[in-house]
Amino acid sequence: MSTDNRSGLHVDLQLTRGPFNLQAKFSAAAAGVTAIFGPSGAGKSSLLQAIAGLLPAQGSIRIGNHSWQDEQQYLPAHRRPVGYVFQDGRLFPHLNVRGNLEYGMRRRHNTAVPTDYDFAHAVALLRLGELLERMPHQLSGGEQQRVAIGRALLSKPALLLMDEPLASLDAGHKRELLGYLQNLQHKSALPVLYVSHAPDEVARLADHLVLLDKGRKLADGPVNDMLTRLDLPLSLDSDAAAVLSVTYTDYDSAFDLSRVALGSNTLYLPGRLSAAPGDTLRLRVLARDISLTIERQTGTSILNIVPVRIVELREQNPAQCIVRLDTGNGMLLACVTRKSATALQLDSGQQVYAQIKSMALPG
Amino acid sequence: MLNSADLQALAITLQLAALSTAVLLVLGTPLAWWLARTRSHWKPAIDALVALPLVLPPTVLGFYLLIAMGPDGPLGAFMTAIGGQPLAFSFAGLVIGSVIYSLPFVVQPLQDAFSRMGQGPLDAAATLGAGRMDRWLSVVLPLARPGYITAGVLGFAHTLGEFGVVLMIGGNIPGSTRVLSVAIYDHVETLEYGRAHLLSGVLLLLSFALLLAVYRANRRFRMMRP
Amino acid sequence: MLTGIRKLSAAMALLLCCLTAQADELHLAVASNFSAPARSLAAAFERHSGHRTVISSGSTGKLYAQIVNGAPYDIFLAADSRRPALLEAGGRTVPGSRRTYALGRLAVWSREPGYVPATGMPAATSFGRLAIANPELAPYGDAAREVLQNLGLWKQLQGKIVRGESIGQTYQFIASGNARLGFIARSQLPQQQGSAWLVPEQLHTPIQQQLVMLTDSAAARAFLHYLQQADARRLIRQSGYNPAANDHAQLR
Repeated sequence: MSTDNRSGLHVDLQLTRGPFNLQAKFSAAAAGVTAIFGPSGAGKSSLLQAIAGLLPAQGSIRIGNHSWQDEQQYLPAHRRPVGYVFQDGRLFPHLNVRGNLEYGMRRRHNTAVPTDYDFAHAVALLRLGELLERMPHQLSGGEQQRVAIGRALLSKPALLLMDEPLASLDAGHKRELLGYLQNLQHKSALPVLYVSHAPDEVARLADHLVLLDKGRKLADGPVNDMLTRLDLPLSLDSDAAAVLSVTYTDYDSAFDLSRVALGSNTLYLPGRLSAAPGDTLRLRVLARDISLTIERQTGTSILNIVPVRIVELREQNPAQCIVRLDTGNGMLLACVTRKSATALQLDSGQQVYAQIKSMALPG
Repeated sequence: MLNSADLQALAITLQLAALSTAVLLVLGTPLAWWLARTRSHWKPAIDALVALPLVLPPTVLGFYLLIAMGPDGPLGAFMTAIGGQPLAFSFAGLVIGSVIYSLPFVVQPLQDAFSRMGQGPLDAAATLGAGRMDRWLSVVLPLARPGYITAGVLGFAHTLGEFGVVLMIGGNIPGSTRVLSVAIYDHVETLEYGRAHLLSGVLLLLSFALLLAVYRANRRFRMMRP
Repeated sequence: MLTGIRKLSAAMALLLCCLTAQADELHLAVASNFSAPARSLAAAFERHSGHRTVISSGSTGKLYAQIVNGAPYDIFLAADSRRPALLEAGGRTVPGSRRTYALGRLAVWSREPGYVPATGMPAATSFGRLAIANPELAPYGDAAREVLQNLGLWKQLQGKIVRGESIGQTYQFIASGNARLGFIARSQLPQQQGSAWLVPEQLHTPIQQQLVMLTDSAAARAFLHYLQQADARRLIRQSGYNPAANDHAQLR
């Protein structure tokens, strides 16, 4: 990872609880979202709790120049400047929304940490204005999580820890909150550790990814590398996907399509995107929504065709292959049948064309 | 109406119940907290010990207390060692007896309240920068409020009706250890059924009113926070 | 379920049959302080008469309340004369059956050897607590008060007196050391333990323990007759009571 030793978050923890054994060593950038990803039981939540000081663990944690624990010291949870957003919100049931927000604000961590968040700002960012006098039990799940995020931000943390904050929400609220989180990520320089087992959340939010399984770190790195590495389990999933960064160009009102640029290629997305020209957007592209052709097709209904180079090819199961493709501006994954792969004599280094169904692009 | 001796017994009873309840809430809080949180293998034994006054006849408790407070007993020896007054037949002795006798009525509701709130709100408070004492005052106490109301009222009401223990260690001294239940007993034994009825009625109404208050308070609380 | 209830009612019926079949058995209600001698007396009586006895013991006040509420006792051996008299006045006894069966005696006792002189009370300054039975409830307490009044100590000792609800509890106060001394029944006096003053009879009115017959039966009459016999009187005396003067009219 591209963090020097003096900045960012450095974690090296060992934790044993009964038969469960966690060993995690990784670094995260001073800004941006690092997703901790893995199946349930991988130890993701335990890792987050250990970082927050809620679960005693051996080892060291350092953020910037501050050590939270090492051989000499162990800061208790309340002295660690973290904002923790729990899966179930954990709003204080005896305080209204304002009281919950103020709870964190009154006890805020290191006031020297430069964050933009004050009460009004957080209320505006998370649209909490109308909720302030309500009690937690009068809020929907999504509203509760928004308050929980606001409360965490107002405690002026140096690190935001989010433990599957969307897991208990229905699809509608999940979408809504994802929007808030993306917004937050744009406006804050706060490093975030985001625990999830949902690939779509990770693809949408994370810059970096730490892959955990059975208490061990499998790998860590930039999110798209991790998603498209064929030696990692993510690429073998039936929902395997890549993330592409594109630049918004304009909107074609005649056909109700938005144009974005991927390097010199133009891609089309249905509808009007809420973005200004020049904005960077993140697109999630499912491997199964990409087909490969040896030559650029004409006379096809598919709008988005990108020239790519095959980097690697691997059998996913006896029927299917997964192919890693370099667009020159990021990696893609394509899922093809083994029969087609043989017929087209696909091999690494080969130049081919990736056809992307435009419906697969909104992210 | 109540004569002065009976009024005095009523006053002693109320004082005893109030003081015992205060002592119980102070002592019961750390005990209940420990029981609600510990994973120690001693927990079942301590749980059983706390619950013992629920099932033991109060006279058994009183008998042991009488022996413990005697010159050969640990309490008696302790009081002699620190140059204090003997505890038997004293109001202080009754407070000690009542504290033991009503212990489960205070510890169990508190323990229940503490277990029910779980670790969640405390962890949340810690990550927001609240230290140990701060967490206690700002989270645990308000969340355990119904538990404290129940514990306080049950402890008070149960001490009001205490008889067996007082009988054994009280010595029936008017103005000091002659409580309502003992006065009722005396009235029954001396065939003064009219006065026994009156005092029993007072005790019954008082206890009912207290229990009614706690059930109403808890219902309101539940309705406020489903 | 139904068969269960049937079985239960069959068992109940059987139980009732047994109870009625044993109706000639003698049920004695005995004041706690007399329960030990009553057991010896009943055993001797059974040997001697062939009748069977059952003993229920409790405080005189409680037994009285039970009898008033219909408890099935044949003879009530009380610790005082007041409750038997009340029962008699209430028409709940066999007419003319009320009589004194034992005279209680008092002792001042301490568990400390050499503390209570054999001739009287130790100095009032030497003790913190003096235990007596509650004079309102227990005849022994009433007698203790009388002794203290006669000695001119009653007022002076008010602050030091603790009251047991029964003479048994009073004994416990002293035996546990919580009261340094107190008035107990001479029948309770432990052999060769501590120190005691046997309170002379002239210091208090004798504590008349009276009995009444509640049902008239041959067995009950036989028991009353037995209590007049020499070996019964010897047993009563050995237990620390004076037997009643033997001049009561025989039950007709």
